[in-house]
Amino acid sequence: MSENVDTSRAPRRIGKPASRFSRLFESKQLGWGAFVVAIVFPFILATPYAMNIGTTAVIFILLASGLNIVVGYCGLLDLGYIAFMAVGAYTSGIVSKAWDLPILFTIPAVLVMCILAGLIIGGPTLRLRSDYLAIVTLGFGEIIRLTANNLSITGGPSGIYGIPGIELFGLKLSDSVPFYYFCVVVVSLLVLGSARLGKSRLGRAWRFVREDEDAAEAMGIHTYKVKLAAYIFGAMWGGLGGMLFAAHLSAISPQSFVFLQSALVLMAVVLGGMGNTRGVVVGAVAISLLPEFLRDMGNLRYVIFGVVLVAVMVLRPQGFWPSRAFEVERTDGESENADPGPGDSVSPAKGGTL
Amino acid sequence: MSPLLEVNELQIAFGGVKAVNGLTFSADAGEIVSVIGPNGAGKTSAFNCITGFYKPVSGTVLVDGQDITGKRPAAIAATGVTRTFQNLRLFPDLTVLDNVRGGMHLYGGQNFVDALFHTPRYRKSEAYYTDEAHRWLDFVGYRGGRGIPVRNLAYGQQRQVEMARAMARKAKLVLLDEPGAGLNHSEKRELLQLCRKIRDLGAAVVLIEHDMSVVMEVSERVVVMNFGKEIADGTPDEVKKNPQVIEAYLGKADEPAADEAKDAAGRAENPDGGKL
Repeated sequence: MSENVDTSRAPRRIGKPASRFSRLFESKQLGWGAFVVAIVFPFILATPYAMNIGTTAVIFILLASGLNIVVGYCGLLDLGYIAFMAVGAYTSGIVSKAWDLPILFTIPAVLVMCILAGLIIGGPTLRLRSDYLAIVTLGFGEIIRLTANNLSITGGPSGIYGIPGIELFGLKLSDSVPFYYFCVVVVSLLVLGSARLGKSRLGRAWRFVREDEDAAEAMGIHTYKVKLAAYIFGAMWGGLGGMLFAAHLSAISPQSFVFLQSALVLMAVVLGGMGNTRGVVVGAVAISLLPEFLRDMGNLRYVIFGVVLVAVMVLRPQGFWPSRAFEVERTDGESENADPGPGDSVSPAKGGTL
Repeated sequence: MSPLLEVNELQIAFGGVKAVNGLTFSADAGEIVSVIGPNGAGKTSAFNCITGFYKPVSGTVLVDGQDITGKRPAAIAATGVTRTFQNLRLFPDLTVLDNVRGGMHLYGGQNFVDALFHTPRYRKSEAYYTDEAHRWLDFVGYRGGRGIPVRNLAYGQQRQVEMARAMARKAKLVLLDEPGAGLNHSEKRELLQLCRKIRDLGAAVVLIEHDMSVVMEVSERVVVMNFGKEIADGTPDEVKKNPQVIEAYLGKADEPAADEAKDAAGRAENPDGGKL
């Protein structure tokens, strides 16, 4: 609750961000800051290993921001999110290999398949609430993986290999540094997109559903459609993440899409702060980089990783950077007067004695 | 002119219990109708049925001549029905303004493409939503902070926000389920004023209320329910004199008079509607 501490310390200044510190964190320039950091990173460290880790982290940010739409905005606990990434990765792999297409040309197919997958998985399950939904999504995640494991078109357990890299206007972007930049640009746009969706009419409807489904329904929000929309957007973000993943590794197999991966993406969302895009980006970076920083520890690293996660959740259960309900209000004069502007058909003048 | 809300022979059963058993009543535009009755009489069940949260066993609900029986709540809201809940049902982690915007979902004005690219349509509709939110908060006389989470507000303010959210729906039919519960005396006076203001906008106001002084003062018509059925329907004075009502609800014959006396005393104290 520490994000509330500042406001309570300055109760008379309600309506303004409480401190310079918190204002910095609410700043709109912060996204640009993160973007610049991501752009500068290869100039500091451009070893193939660092580029590999960096690209993986960037793709992971995309997955987390997609899952944030489903879990953070809409409050639907999805334990099989990686299934959408698998759908995207396999679709782009299969289509690009079968017709010898550049991988970017598979994007329409990826989006269509992800929307279909979102409808097929979400359609029957979104009538369920909370815990039941979590169990069913867990099952669907496994179904997708097992299907990929047993079909011949997906290459069975050995998967698909030799997936082409990214090519754009004749430029080959499959080298590690250009591909990293490509991912940074694409993911930045998609993260911005998910943040913007969160602040729109649809995004508010998602939050209303998360907060109180019945009240949302009473206000005319078709909760089923709205939840399905969250699922489909999450699926598209996940699918595009899968496409980048396939282009990055050039080989995919069912082992890439196990439950642990779903759990890690979910962890990034929860750890970062559900519903806040910035927090989720921080969480995704932490989850993907922490095991690498701990690599020197050998086998102990996952133990330490686990301890760190538990510690964070105990000390800061709302996540590093939770979404903070705050809005800049009109100036005091305006809101205190209860005096609406001209052309007001329901002027509260009659209730002036209230 | 046909009434705005027509409830005909409405029946709802939970297992073997008939919570509402043949309720019939109506409400006109520009009218305040109170639904009263002892606990367990089926008032809230009837509201939940009118707004689609419960599916009736039989009977019909017409709003503006349109049959809405058994539709889903969102579809019923779209025909112009709005409501508040007996126990506050706000969106606790969202700001006051966002809560009020909740009532504006059906205004439309933008789709997800607008949101992704921040088109002029998006900006325009967001500005409109914000203006409207402020306007409705002004309308209900809300004076607290507006950019803060609604969970931090006092109970009376939360009630106001819920009213603002319901009004932002701009509905023809406003169903208020015990809007006065948990409010103090002056807050109740404000509520009465607000009910009248809503009526003056041309909406039909149907409210469930336990406080007899509120009911008798504000309503044009009172529907008394007992055992899931209306037992009386008329002006407050008619209902007060109805022997069935006295027996079923008021218990003692002298109670309405006592209430009225108390009410008159309240008016004398606060001649202009309860300003402190």
